[in-house]
Amino acid sequence: MLKEILQFMPMLPYLLQGALITLALVAGALAVGFGLGLPMALGQVYAGKAARRLIGLYIWFFRGLPVLILLFLFYFGLFSLFKLNLAAFPAAILVLGLRSAAYQSQIFRGSIQSLGQGQMLAARAMGMDTLRAIWYVILPQTLRVSIPSWSNEYCILLKDSAVTYAIGVMEILTRGNFIATRTYQPMPIFLICAAIFIVLTYGGTRLLHNLERKVSIPGFEERGGGKLA
Amino acid sequence: MSETKILKVEDIHKRFGDNEILKGITFEMAKGETKVIIGSSGAGKSSLLRCINQLTPPDRGRVWLDGEEVTHHKKSISGFRQRMGMVFQEFNLFDHLTALGNVMIGLTRVKGLHKAEARKRALHELERVGLADRADLYPAQLSGGQKQRTSIARALAMDPDLILFDEPTSALDPELIGEVLEVIKKLADGGMTMLIVTHEIGFARSVADEIIFLEAGTILEQGPPEELFLRPKYARTRKFLHKITELYGD
Repeated sequence: MLKEILQFMPMLPYLLQGALITLALVAGALAVGFGLGLPMALGQVYAGKAARRLIGLYIWFFRGLPVLILLFLFYFGLFSLFKLNLAAFPAAILVLGLRSAAYQSQIFRGSIQSLGQGQMLAARAMGMDTLRAIWYVILPQTLRVSIPSWSNEYCILLKDSAVTYAIGVMEILTRGNFIATRTYQPMPIFLICAAIFIVLTYGGTRLLHNLERKVSIPGFEERGGGKLA
Repeated sequence: MSETKILKVEDIHKRFGDNEILKGITFEMAKGETKVIIGSSGAGKSSLLRCINQLTPPDRGRVWLDGEEVTHHKKSISGFRQRMGMVFQEFNLFDHLTALGNVMIGLTRVKGLHKAEARKRALHELERVGLADRADLYPAQLSGGQKQRTSIARALAMDPDLILFDEPTSALDPELIGEVLEVIKKLADGGMTMLIVTHEIGFARSVADEIIFLEAGTILEQGPPEELFLRPKYARTRKFLHKITELYGD
């Protein structure tokens, strides 16, 4: 098998270009998901009933459908309803991002609620308005607590991004499949694809873990994970 | 009215669902006065404090701070809250900030002071509560007593007209209670206006100008500590004082 894999090494740059597209896809979708998900989480905790309902509806929709169906629904239909004529790559970023927003909102909501009411109460009691309290007191803590679950979202999104193969985004798997169907040797090529994915998940989670340690609050580093006798 | 009252509370009512927690509370506080609210659990003590600074707005009744009405002013409530410090049972220090950061944040983010100025003021307040050498530690690195003293410094830094204390020692280990009470006692001696909910009956006796006994949402009895402790008018008051003295000693 090693011989077969080595024989495909000249294909590696072609696949790595796909890896760059995958990374761009994931970065874009995570950013969209963060930008929408965090306000949605705040809305679910602090906003009025109507806003909470609306956000709940959004989350219900995007968490309730398979990513492939979402991709098809938007790419072949919904986008045109809004007179959006998107190429496959930006369409994929948008769909994965909208979907990630639903998941990220629940990550952040959990983190906000884990802080307890006392932080908000104390901030309000000293004369901060809600927005300032959120910005200076709630968010700095929420984001720190969220990193471990957020690194889950990174991994899941990275792997889910492979389904954009279905609408022709030139990411890793699309390229792998091209080569496999031309050479009739799927095993070595998919092994190489797998290796690329595993390096990307490892690198990303490692980076996030370092970030987590770097921004950890003194005295909280070993919360729950301390060395017990 | 002869002297100006720093705080006036008039006919405060608050209901949570079917449960009427406060049934018409009225009292006043003069500048520099210390009042202690006692009463059994569920009597409405904490709710009363939160109705005063509008963290939970009352259903009915009014509150004045230094002659200005606090109730029915949703927009300016943040301004009033700056002038009413609050110290919580669970400290509620901001966990991501050092002790110094906790005291500074209100100065920089609410009062708009420059960092250097805020830092100076915050250090001064930490010194007042005996924590100058702990300024750079985070809440998780402080003892309970140190946390509560930090939260008192945080309230003091805002230059409040009065401070509300919501059971400031109830979450503390017995050996740490003293250091917190000592700080509060010093503030009372220094002329700070304070409204304190506590079960520390001995402390209440020594620090209070007046004691308010809250029972089932109403003020059953109030008066100077000696009077209330030695000659309570109601059997209910006597019974409560007896029980609480047994529990917390004096």
